[in-house]
Amino acid sequence: MTVTTDVSPSPAKGARKAGGSDLLSVASRFGALIFLIVVCAILAILQPAFMTSLNLFNVLRQVSIYGLLAIGMTCVILTGGIDLSIGSLLALAGLVGAALEKGGAGLLVGAGAGQAGRYGIPLVVLTAVAVGMGGGLLQGLAVAKLKVPVFIVTLGGLSVFRGAALAFSHGQPISAFRPEYGFWGKGMVGPVPVPVIIFLAFAVVGYIVLTYTKFGRHIYAVGGNREAARLSGLNVDAVLIRVYVIMGFFAGLSGFLLSSRLNSAEQVAGVGYELIVIAGVAIGGTSMTMGGTGSILGSVVGIVLMGVLANGLTLLNVSAYYQQMVTGLLIVFAVWFDQVVRTRRR
Amino acid sequence: MDDHNELLRMESISKSFPGVLALDSVSLDVRKGEILGLIGENGAGKSTLMKILSGVYAMDSGQLYLVGQPIHILNPHHAQQLGISIIYQEFNLMPNLTVMENVYVGHEPGPPGLVSRRQLYQRTQQLLDRLGVNLSPTATVRDLAVAEQQMAEIAKALSMEVKVLVMDEPTSALSDTEVQSLFNIMRDLRRTGISVIFISHRMKEIKTICDRVTVLRDGKNVGTLAAAEASEEAIIRLMVGRSLNEFFHKEESSHPTSETDRGTGSGEDIALEVRGLTRRGSKRDPSAIVLDDISFQLKRGELLGLAGLVGAGRTELVRAVFGADPCDAGEIYVDGKQVDIGSPLDAIHVGMGLVPEDRKEQGLILHLAVRENMSLPSLNQLTHFGFVDRGEEVRRVREYVARLQIRTPSLEQKVNNLSGGNQQKVVISKWLMLKPKILIMDEPTRGIDVGAKAEIYALMDQLTREGISVIMISSELPELLAMSDRIVCMAEGRVSGVVDRRDATPELVMRYLTAQRRQTTQKAA
Repeated sequence: MTVTTDVSPSPAKGARKAGGSDLLSVASRFGALIFLIVVCAILAILQPAFMTSLNLFNVLRQVSIYGLLAIGMTCVILTGGIDLSIGSLLALAGLVGAALEKGGAGLLVGAGAGQAGRYGIPLVVLTAVAVGMGGGLLQGLAVAKLKVPVFIVTLGGLSVFRGAALAFSHGQPISAFRPEYGFWGKGMVGPVPVPVIIFLAFAVVGYIVLTYTKFGRHIYAVGGNREAARLSGLNVDAVLIRVYVIMGFFAGLSGFLLSSRLNSAEQVAGVGYELIVIAGVAIGGTSMTMGGTGSILGSVVGIVLMGVLANGLTLLNVSAYYQQMVTGLLIVFAVWFDQVVRTRRR
Repeated sequence: MDDHNELLRMESISKSFPGVLALDSVSLDVRKGEILGLIGENGAGKSTLMKILSGVYAMDSGQLYLVGQPIHILNPHHAQQLGISIIYQEFNLMPNLTVMENVYVGHEPGPPGLVSRRQLYQRTQQLLDRLGVNLSPTATVRDLAVAEQQMAEIAKALSMEVKVLVMDEPTSALSDTEVQSLFNIMRDLRRTGISVIFISHRMKEIKTICDRVTVLRDGKNVGTLAAAEASEEAIIRLMVGRSLNEFFHKEESSHPTSETDRGTGSGEDIALEVRGLTRRGSKRDPSAIVLDDISFQLKRGELLGLAGLVGAGRTELVRAVFGADPCDAGEIYVDGKQVDIGSPLDAIHVGMGLVPEDRKEQGLILHLAVRENMSLPSLNQLTHFGFVDRGEEVRRVREYVARLQIRTPSLEQKVNNLSGGNQQKVVISKWLMLKPKILIMDEPTRGIDVGAKAEIYALMDQLTREGISVIMISSELPELLAMSDRIVCMAEGRVSGVVDRRDATPELVMRYLTAQRRQTTQKAA
């Protein structure tokens, strides 16, 4: 505990010696991380229950679905876009997967459930993911080919996919799956929750793709200057479409994991997730105002910070209402900070 | 000397940006009622100095004095209150508002919280009368010509009782007659005791209008000359820090080589042929004919100049050839084979590269590193199983940084922090890394300093000797005449003439450029 409190001020002190502009650039690179350490230190002092491995893994489990969505969202925001539809798409994908788990698409036509557990779990996952990617593809096409502003496309998606989820399930949740189904959302490997492993594994993949692959470079280039990217021979439309398909992939996967964890696919699942995910990505230093700056590492830190804050506020008996206010304020703060750093650097 | 005549003094101003010392203890004084020319290569520090004066940047050290009193400028608004106004190349006007609303924006006349339209109109009219400009206060800025917008900017400065007016390359977008009337207005301002700092790259204008000229180089004030002693040669010597002959010698050296190369036989080898390229409909006017049945040939190892006045369609032509814009009709042949170019990627596949007109908006991704910018078009070659071979990438980028002598602290420097000339070299390197057969350069030397210009001329010369064909768009006639093997002249969206190097005179080219429709016999190469 004392170790943590000692660590937090020291990097700031060192940076201050190097001068104001350096302090800012350090803060912009490691701001979220420093903030995370400070918050952890404060919580560790105020509430001993925070720094237990049980609680910390619990926090990670809670953020793992946000985290998966944040990986996709980072790619989207890096291209200068945004996706507001993820919560709805998650619900739709989760429901379709769950319907298959319960014995097939019969539910769709109101023919009632078929034989539960008829299809293997891999097929269920694939179906959920395919629904997510299909939704992403449609939005990507609208953004890239029809040139509809992305905010409008995904705001429409937010409503369309939620409506589709309600229509598909006739407003009823699909619940009570076979026990193996719950392993992916609730299971543990040793002390580590399974969704945490999935989240971190995809974070590593996302980091590698963005940092070391051609596709990653293309994402940064398209976000940084679309016209320059096009004139350099990049297929900008293809990059955009792929990014929204990737976002859809994570929405689909998250839909499955959430239904697995809750043992129920709800038509109201994922409501408001877009805000938490976008906040986490923005706090992690991915610029919302200028494409092409940011990283997966930052988003992981940002999302964990969101989780720690929520957990800490709960532990300190702060009402969930206030937690929502904190999320909203953090998003504004992160974007403001990003702008301050950019103006100073000029 | 005549200290009581001094209006503004900037003393030992220093300013650094990450990795660059932009201003190194610059001192400068402006006398009451004079026109002071400020000239220097790009990156010499002119804009930085003026942005400090107008409160956009804070200086690291130094002191400003206005009428002998030390002043501390907090922000652009404060600078205006002190009587210091700046008119940028890109105007600061709100296009959807009227002239009078723009002129008095921020200090609208009338009772607190309200605007008196009558006073607004009358006062703006007075200012415009004072300038002798025939412009309606109620005209919408969007509908005005560039010169008229400039007058609105000047009126805006006058409305704030300006003492020092900074004009950043005010003539660059004006016609000759418009320049003359601008100069008359500047003289009138001078007569009323207003001092003007006039930034320009055009030597003739500096000599015509300025009382004194201050030359900046590498962030230092390297000398101030009185009008009488400011000969072209003296100014250029201060600007480049080397003699005039040396500079032109470099440029001159390119002629014989390209001439001999053209003589050595590969003359009839056609690298690119364009036939009947036509494009209708611009953004402004959907019925306009942007490109009208354009045909020309580009030989191997040739440097083909593309000349035209503003609006002639030069940029539109090369963008259409490169697949950046669609076209309605026309055929393109590369090495004698017809090719279908629907996107820049198609053009790259057949061996073309385009150095676009606006390097910041179209050529570079400003906040990415030199390395990432330069390798962008070549990533396909550098990628194995989706992964970029970083070692090979760095090796190649380093090679071109060395070959083009790009001055950058490291390969990881953001291109935003480089000077214009070095940025342009990064854009050119992007294409050279792909080993193109045809390199199209749209105004490759615009806005870059004299030294970098000479380097780019030498490079173009070297490329053509290696057998690369180059199309160069340029608005500078001397540059076109000096560099081109042939010059394709455009007017009103069509080829109005093709001039061979042997016959090329400024008069002949200019006659084609100003050619009217139908009167021209259309000659294709």
